[in-house]
Amino acid sequence: MKITQGTFSFLPDLTDEQIRAQIDYCLRNGWALNVEFTDDPHPRNTYWEMWGLPMFDLKDAAGVMLEVNACRKAYPNHYVKVNAYDSTKGRETVAISFIVNRPKKEPGFGLVRQEAPGRTIRYTIHSYATDKPEGDRY
Amino acid sequence: MAKDKSLTQKERYKSGVIPYAKMGYWEPNCVPKDTDIIALFRVTPQEGVDPIEASAAVAGESSTATWTVVWTDRLTACDVYRAKCYRVDPVPNAPGQYFAYITYDLDLFEEGSIANLTASIIGNVFGFKAVKALRLEDMRIPIAYLKTFQGPATGVVVERERMDKFGRPLLGATTKPKLGLSSRNYGRVVYEALKGGLDFTKDDENINSQPFMRWRDRFLYCMEGVNRAAASTGEVKGHYLNVTAGTMEEMYERAAFAKELGSIIIMIDLVVGYTAIQSMAKWARANDMILHLHRAGNSTYSRQKNHGMNFRVICKWMRMAGVDHIHAGTVVGKLEGDPNMIAGFYKTLLSDKLPANLEQGLFFEQDWASMRKCMPVASGGIHAGQMHQLLHYLGEDVVLQFGGGTIGHPQGIQAGATANRVALETMIMARNEGRDYLREGPEILEKAARWCGPLRQALEIWKDISFNYESTDTADFVATPTPVA
Repeated sequence: MKITQGTFSFLPDLTDEQIRAQIDYCLRNGWALNVEFTDDPHPRNTYWEMWGLPMFDLKDAAGVMLEVNACRKAYPNHYVKVNAYDSTKGRETVAISFIVNRPKKEPGFGLVRQEAPGRTIRYTIHSYATDKPEGDRY
Repeated sequence: MAKDKSLTQKERYKSGVIPYAKMGYWEPNCVPKDTDIIALFRVTPQEGVDPIEASAAVAGESSTATWTVVWTDRLTACDVYRAKCYRVDPVPNAPGQYFAYITYDLDLFEEGSIANLTASIIGNVFGFKAVKALRLEDMRIPIAYLKTFQGPATGVVVERERMDKFGRPLLGATTKPKLGLSSRNYGRVVYEALKGGLDFTKDDENINSQPFMRWRDRFLYCMEGVNRAAASTGEVKGHYLNVTAGTMEEMYERAAFAKELGSIIIMIDLVVGYTAIQSMAKWARANDMILHLHRAGNSTYSRQKNHGMNFRVICKWMRMAGVDHIHAGTVVGKLEGDPNMIAGFYKTLLSDKLPANLEQGLFFEQDWASMRKCMPVASGGIHAGQMHQLLHYLGEDVVLQFGGGTIGHPQGIQAGATANRVALETMIMARNEGRDYLREGPEILEKAARWCGPLRQALEIWKDISFNYESTDTADFVATPTPVA
């Protein structure tokens, strides 16, 4: 399977040129970029590891690409995403977030059903990868 | 003591009937206070009725007046409670119609109650005989009054954070056919559409609990579809479970069950009424639930230009009442929607400080004082081939709902959903890259269709579908073209 989190997951994997164009767009809007990675892609795993702090003062896409590539090099078999933060009053949240690296094999998730009274079911989404400890998953 | 302009106190309160304009409801020199609520009405007086008198009557009948003089007025600080019409302008290009600006003191209204606000503003006055027709066009809600309302239970920012979806419109679809599916078959549509790439699926407005499908059974099968789709994509997904019912007690029971099943979103219909909407918004805030509102019924009073109320007023009231989603038009789809009017609705739902803009029907500056934002929903007769136009007219903070445009795909529902998602992501990428996506839209979609079979088929089947009818609700003010030097 292919995990489809992020703004562009239904498109073919982005080329470096396409990633740079999106970073440029973020910088034109005055957003701060950061890079995050994880080997626990559960849809509700909000806090991926941060590859350094958001680059608040960086105005050059090439600089951001250096960090993207460094993270991909350090974690070639993790999920890596680029986020942009908009600090404008009234938004103050993530403005765009897209995956730039994923493991070669994505085992995905199983759905665990616990039967409860009245035909109700308690659902748990279980990531197969997390059966192994952090760092040994992909 | 109140001054009564041209009349002495004795004349003013003599038993009998005197014109509204002379009773203190017409005050051309009045300057509304920052805390006043201001309403703008389109007044069509009966033949022979003076427009100022008709407008003063609207002020009177929507506040303190009755048809005759009452001495009991003199026991009150009646000048405070009288609404005051302070300006009457002829409507451009509409003979016999007038815009009446009326201001109301804050003390006329109960805090945090849309029901109380509307009982005055759109109460008896709409049946008043001296006017042939009456339409509420816009309102300025002062911060002092806004702050007595909860506002959207979740809001756009928090909804996106919970959904983990940023930088693009959300995608949805309404389950079709609207009526007749069994719960089990219904849940199939939910699963297929969500797995194929949509973020949300939706009950239709008239899906409540009918003999062919009772609510509890539907909720169970829909949640199976939602969770299966979440597991197979790794994304957060939702289905708007419609909890609309005959009584509040039943609505609360259904909402509680939706929560027990782990649904992230429920929905209600506009026809449940303002008080029920506010109650459900409080429940949704207390239970971390996104609240979707379907605007069923609005066109009975919002569509015709001379009578009723403009939809932008509904947008204001619903943002105050506390819903997170509201259907607000598509521009290009099958339902009523002039582009300028729709831009005004969207801004009303999404802005914090909104300047007046007559072309878009925004008569007043409106400061929302950080009230949470309400996500507009575009639904009805839209398809993947219009993606460039949808993004251009509606922007990024919107739920695009393709019902037929998903379920009607020849290769099936998953393929329909995938076509929409690919079209959307492609267009967002092109926009961000700085391309002239509105002009190049068809070409951008064609290019993606070369590698995406479902999109290719969607473009082929729906390429000639458009709904080009004239809108009935349009702007009264047109931009003056800039003269060419």
